[in-house]
Amino acid sequence: MGRYVARRLLQMIPVFIGTTLLIFIMVNVLPGDPVRALWGDKPPDPAQVAQIRHDRGLDLPLWQQYLHYMGGLLQGDFGNTIAGNRPVLDEITQAFPVSMRLASMAWTFELIVGISLGVLAGIRRGRFVDNTVTLFTLLVISVPIFVVGLLCQLFFGNELGWITPTVQDSEDMGQLLVPALVLGMVGLAYVARLTRTSIAENRQADYMRTAVAKGLPRQRIVTRHLLRNSLIPVVTYLGTDVGTLMGGAVITEGIFNVTGVGNLLFQALARREGAVIVGVVTVLVLVYLAASLIVDLLYAVLDPRIRYA
Amino acid sequence: MPDLTKTSTTDETAAAQDEVVAGSAVSAHASTGKPRSLWGDAWRELRRNPLFVISSVLILLLLLVAAFPGLFTGADPSTGDQAKHFLGKPELSHVFQADWFGYDRTGRSIYSRVVHGARNSILVGLGVTLLVTLFGGLCGMLAGYFGGFWDSLISRLIDVFFGIPFLLGAMVVLNAFTDRTVWVVMGALAFLGWTQIARVMRGAVITTKHADYVMAARALGAGTKRILFRHILPNAVAPVIVVATISLGTYIVAESTLSYLGLGLADDAISWGGDISTATQDIRNNPHTLFFPAGMLSITVLAFIMMGDAVREALDPKLR
Repeated sequence: MGRYVARRLLQMIPVFIGTTLLIFIMVNVLPGDPVRALWGDKPPDPAQVAQIRHDRGLDLPLWQQYLHYMGGLLQGDFGNTIAGNRPVLDEITQAFPVSMRLASMAWTFELIVGISLGVLAGIRRGRFVDNTVTLFTLLVISVPIFVVGLLCQLFFGNELGWITPTVQDSEDMGQLLVPALVLGMVGLAYVARLTRTSIAENRQADYMRTAVAKGLPRQRIVTRHLLRNSLIPVVTYLGTDVGTLMGGAVITEGIFNVTGVGNLLFQALARREGAVIVGVVTVLVLVYLAASLIVDLLYAVLDPRIRYA
Repeated sequence: MPDLTKTSTTDETAAAQDEVVAGSAVSAHASTGKPRSLWGDAWRELRRNPLFVISSVLILLLLLVAAFPGLFTGADPSTGDQAKHFLGKPELSHVFQADWFGYDRTGRSIYSRVVHGARNSILVGLGVTLLVTLFGGLCGMLAGYFGGFWDSLISRLIDVFFGIPFLLGAMVVLNAFTDRTVWVVMGALAFLGWTQIARVMRGAVITTKHADYVMAARALGAGTKRILFRHILPNAVAPVIVVATISLGTYIVAESTLSYLGLGLADDAISWGGDISTATQDIRNNPHTLFFPAGMLSITVLAFIMMGDAVREALDPKLR
């Protein structure tokens, strides 16, 4: 187990380097010059521009910039923003807790409601409950998230007045509730579909017949035998979805005015702040890598036949 | 599959398999029914599935709309009549009239825009799926079949791309382009999306390559290319087709989401995503401008996902 984790951690290093390099290249081929943008509409002073570019190391070849960046990263330095020269780490540590709160609420929602719906549909495959759940998930997946978000805002916020249309205080769980539901909606549909398929496949397995034959109560059969054996694909999805929920919240955060990571990223794209984009993605990649390791370790918990030596 | 045959399914398949085996052993054996392949079975199953019939009719219709929008509307989607500004909010009495959908802010016919928007949305969906299936499929096949160095290389590459959230990566890539044509959006989405198919293909090829018939083909002296494309591919492609069909719909959603953020197709291109984005600015007073493009988009995505579901049920023997 310990050796397995160590090996996995070592394997993460090339993936981490590769991903950061990829996003670094993607960001740095962006046209538009953030230094030039500091002057707005006024004609910039070429000497000053050159000076700033030199100070920030923006005149170095790309590979040197990357090495510089990685060198700083290892010491916990994410670089500074171009406008304002603020440490990127500050912006990230401001935005991340907000997104974490939003994402964890959405994730819990996916986990509980998604799996319950999936189990209900899977054990009654082809019946009314199943058809309703399947139809619901299909609808949720096919309506774009921003339409759902806007309609929720309009309906619950402006028409009914149950919620404030935009989030005023990101510490307040109540205000984050509707945005979190909207954010977790698509994932919920996928979780329900995966659980349903998996349950429907395993329902006819031999161990199920055995469990029924030895007279176990139905609830125990479903939870201990069927569900546990069916959860592996669901856990895989839920694991990779953690990163998606945090980074992919651009839309939801935009609609409900939540000042999280998605918001930060969108602003950074508009202002062409490469360091912020790379920094945020770097943290998201770390989250993703950690989540996928935990998922792999959970496999062994769910299925004792899987052992990590 | 109807419930009454459920109990006999396994016996039936076993019998069919016996028949196939017997038929190949004694080649002159005249069997009454043709040997049933996975694809033959799947096709029989699909034709009986109402979901499949409905979704394929819908998809054919949508493809027709995308290919020949002129057949469905004579109105020009790009020039508006300011006199018709937000005119004609949908009323039931207007059904079957050309202007039933109403007009948008600049007085352009919403019906005409919805019809003309089909092409871009569907083109992006189809194009990305095609690119992703070809490239991802090839990578997955190479990794799964050759193993060793190629597998490590491609698998790590897949990991690298998988770590970047899809929407976010697409935003960064598309932000770099000022002139975002259909091809640019297609390329950007495919660039980030190929990993899913590659993973599925790799897994399928790995399970297939140890099969007896692959060994037999090799023993008979078949070359790598022949083994890969004639023996492994037809038997490993089923899960890829399923994933591709379902993800086609999600690529259409992705395109519209990017358009909503102002990072999708260029402003003058007519697309559902762009129209939805415009409509959201005035959603409270003129919900009809949102309803029709969003509805068409959802119906299209629904059709593709339904078809993917039906294909999966037909191809997965465990689900019967």
